[in-house]
Amino acid sequence: MLTYATKRALIAILTLLAASLVVFAMLEIVPGDPARLMLGMNATEDAVHNLQEQMGLNQPLAIRYFSWLGGLLTGDLGKSYTYSVPVFDLIKERVAVSLPLAVISLALSTLIALPVGIFAASKRGKFSGTLAMGVAQVGVAIPNFWFALLLVYLFAVTLRLVPAGGFPGWGAGFGVSLKSLILPSIALALPQAAILARVTRSALLEVLGEDYIRTARAKGLSRRQVLYRHALRNALIPVLTILGLQFAFLLAGTIIIENVFYLPGLGRLVFQAITQRDLIVVEGVVMLLIATLILVNLLVDLSYAIVDPRLRGRS
Amino acid sequence: MKSWKLAIAGVAISLVMSSASFAAKTNLVLGIVLEPPHLDPTAGAAAAIDEIVYANIFEGLTRIGPKGNVLPALAESWTQSDDGKVYTFKLHKDVKFHDGTAFDADDVKFSLDRARGDKSTNAQKGLFSAIDTVNVVDPLTVKVALKQPSGDFLYNMGWGDAVIVAPESAGTNKDKPVGTGPFKFDSWAKGSQIVIAKNADYWGKPALLDKATFRVIPDPAAATAALLAGDVQAFPVFPSYETIPQFQVDPRFKVVIGTTEGETVLGMNNKKPPFDNPKVRQAITHAIDRKSLIDGAMFGFGTPIGSFFPPHHPAYVDLTAETAYDPELAKKLMAEAGHPDGFKTTLKLPPPTYARRGGEIIAAELREIGIDAEIIPVEWAQWLDQVFKNKDYAMTIVSHTEPNDLNIFSRDDYYFNYDSTAFKELIKQIDVTSDGAERTELYQQAQKLLAKDVPAAFLFQLPKTGVWDAKIEGLWENGPIQANDLTSVKWLD
Amino acid sequence: MSIGNALANRSFCVGLIVTSLIALVALVSFVWTPYPVGALDIAGKLKPPSAAHWLGTDHFGRDILSMIMVGSRNSIAVASVSVAIGAGIGVPLGLWGAATGGFVDEVLMRLNDLVFAFPALLSAVMITAVFGPGAINAIIAIGIFNVPVFARVARAAALSLWSREFVIAAGAIGKSPARITRDHILPNLASLLIVQATIQFSLGILAEAGLSYVGLGSQPPMPSWGRMLFEAQTMIGLAPHIALFPGLAIVITVLGFNLLGDGLRDVLDPKFQ
Repeated sequence: MLTYATKRALIAILTLLAASLVVFAMLEIVPGDPARLMLGMNATEDAVHNLQEQMGLNQPLAIRYFSWLGGLLTGDLGKSYTYSVPVFDLIKERVAVSLPLAVISLALSTLIALPVGIFAASKRGKFSGTLAMGVAQVGVAIPNFWFALLLVYLFAVTLRLVPAGGFPGWGAGFGVSLKSLILPSIALALPQAAILARVTRSALLEVLGEDYIRTARAKGLSRRQVLYRHALRNALIPVLTILGLQFAFLLAGTIIIENVFYLPGLGRLVFQAITQRDLIVVEGVVMLLIATLILVNLLVDLSYAIVDPRLRGRS
Repeated sequence: MKSWKLAIAGVAISLVMSSASFAAKTNLVLGIVLEPPHLDPTAGAAAAIDEIVYANIFEGLTRIGPKGNVLPALAESWTQSDDGKVYTFKLHKDVKFHDGTAFDADDVKFSLDRARGDKSTNAQKGLFSAIDTVNVVDPLTVKVALKQPSGDFLYNMGWGDAVIVAPESAGTNKDKPVGTGPFKFDSWAKGSQIVIAKNADYWGKPALLDKATFRVIPDPAAATAALLAGDVQAFPVFPSYETIPQFQVDPRFKVVIGTTEGETVLGMNNKKPPFDNPKVRQAITHAIDRKSLIDGAMFGFGTPIGSFFPPHHPAYVDLTAETAYDPELAKKLMAEAGHPDGFKTTLKLPPPTYARRGGEIIAAELREIGIDAEIIPVEWAQWLDQVFKNKDYAMTIVSHTEPNDLNIFSRDDYYFNYDSTAFKELIKQIDVTSDGAERTELYQQAQKLLAKDVPAAFLFQLPKTGVWDAKIEGLWENGPIQANDLTSVKWLD
Repeated sequence: MSIGNALANRSFCVGLIVTSLIALVALVSFVWTPYPVGALDIAGKLKPPSAAHWLGTDHFGRDILSMIMVGSRNSIAVASVSVAIGAGIGVPLGLWGAATGGFVDEVLMRLNDLVFAFPALLSAVMITAVFGPGAINAIIAIGIFNVPVFARVARAAALSLWSREFVIAAGAIGKSPARITRDHILPNLASLLIVQATIQFSLGILAEAGLSYVGLGSQPPMPSWGRMLFEAQTMIGLAPHIALFPGLAIVITVLGFNLLGDGLRDVLDPKFQ
């Protein structure tokens, strides 16, 4: 088990390294110069040149890559070209929005999906069960940004219950900050909940078809008891896997929703950084997101291996 | 069912009450569309920097007033030598920077030398090019000698890029701006808001507000909602033209449509065939219906222009009739130019709404005369690189928001690639002419020449669409420069 | 699978009807739309649905129904080409990995993980920052992320087939791995791959809409559902209908293909039910 874990961890690190090279190379060929952008249309050539020097853009490519990589290893992500503050601080500020958003959406989607999935599994073949899955089917098909627009129209523009967008900052008070996260998290959570509900249902149905469940039924346990005592626990494994992946997805997938609601999260930071050619910020955020995804994948793989030792042989 | 509805109504009412009542009368929350990259006006071209710091945090020797006039600021008075080449500025005394250090003539010399020096990263370095030497006479007197007389020198010293900074804090102004103005920098939550607070030790007339918050709201829909909800009480440049009528009929708000220095043009690459043919450029100008353009892209806000000059300027001459919408004439001109069946070309559009929406309308109108313009949206970084620097473009739409910029058409190697000896001669004469009537005459000749040569198709002047709470007084109506001067803003009781 | 079986499956029937209708609309739009799709009528902008304009007009006075009809072509084209790219590259890679095993398999799967690790939308943003926005780049961006999906599905299913008796027998009589893959593995994977393609197709529709919404998809004058929604966003308070119909078009299309995929899976492989 330990050697398997080491091997997987090593592979994860190699993947991360390869990713860093791809990200750096890709951003290197993006046209546009942050210094010229900063100084605008009336700038003289020597002023642009001075600023490039100040930003460290005149060094050769390889030197910049390795100094950036060296910085990464010591936890130093460099200094933003535009804001001229450490990238780490920028990311820290934005994570304070994106992380709560992802956590709330995940909690919301779980709270909706599990009961619906269980309900649909227990009412299989009946009208109510089919209806629940039909609703979930529609939920999967709704683009979250369109759903977000409808929510804004209804709750912010028409009823004026919540702000249409923006984030006051946690310093402005917990309540108002949370209020501005309500619509975005609903918009993010619903399509995820629809997927999760479908997974829950099919996982449950699969477990319910297993021999030991039939044995339990034969022993005289009611359908309900079987469902909650035996089936649910075993069906949780695939559900948790999906949850893990969804969390990583949500952290990265808030990009569009943050743009709809103008939340100062990681997604908006990276969008803004790309338009301003603040490439060092883009590199930092992308690496963070990739690292999260790889870490979650690693944990999922390892937990599989713990549950099912047969999987250790094949990767 | 009924109780459920009542409950929602109750929540709604309590939420409205909590946000509307007890609005503190010395606080103001302003909406801004773009977040500045940093807060040092001497090291960046972004208008968003000046929109926060100009006249509030930083001051220059002179300043631009609400009508575009030059007013004294840190210099209480000045004299000019008889040959017009030496300015002697008398500075205000007892002025302190926000960090407590004293302001004197050395700071002026430091700031001006830094802006024009070899290591300068000033975005408007050209403003200082007339300066020959800066000499400190005594702590309150500075002598600036020019290489040649310049009619625009005092105006140029009023730009945000020419504000006075202290050597102690010049390096950290991007993040913690330290100026001499009536407001001090308070805090910046990146991505959401910037707060400035009243400077109790201000040397001049103190500010009337205690605190001002600039909240970043780039989305037009969110901007509308934020104003309606009272989260933001003023939007000096309101981004959502389509919802302005709704504020115009609402007595709680004041809508002020003012002027800006932003001439919006359809730029054409004058050296790239077929745009090197004046007939093609004229045909394009006649194919554009400015009215439907302004209605469609700007929801009716904006003044049509027929040349490159702001309509509120006394020397303006209305030339829209000379280049009026006339598709038949446009087709005739196309045929005369040798393109009876039109041609294929490209239209590169930067991000602002006026360009993206306007571009779609213009592309549709050009199809009517056979020109098939492929729309290529670009970011600002790409626009500056491809269009502006490398002139790798055929057509583009952009608003030239700098004041006093008629001379861009005389610049060599400017992105229009327009090269007219006659126009260059006119600009040269304007530079050395100080007589008002004579200057006006020259300005009008220059406008007429541009309307005839059409190096670009002149579309409309950008409006300044201000929307704010009806109880606020003192915000600028027009935008002679891009600033939100809050020094005399107050709440009426 | 029999036709009778298929027609007895409700998901399949509904999905088939919906997707056929959408395909029909897309085909009709080549020869007829209520109004010419690029025609502006600034004076008649933001009109609510009426007899003249069934779904109303947008901010330039264009007929929304016509734009949705032509927009369906864009969605279908982007989604199907990106599925073809994903399957065309991913399936051979997956089969190759399963057939060879060992080092090749390991490297292929790690490359897969690498692509998978990139947040898809972010990569699309970077791709368009380099090459500029447009339908082709949207297709490439979506297509790249379909590759690991098809590779994984093909590999996993092929692996399980490789341990089946008829495959082992084929190996015993001296057939090469390539021939076994062609003769025995691929035919048995076909149904699974068709189902996956349907799912990826509907995800492709959603992805294209998302990319267009943030301005990275196809460009005007070609209408795109996602861009229509983006343009509607600021006017939602004035004219809600312009935000409603393009969204409904996306939902109905995606729903149709999802139902078709679900139905196909049930019909082709009853074990998954």
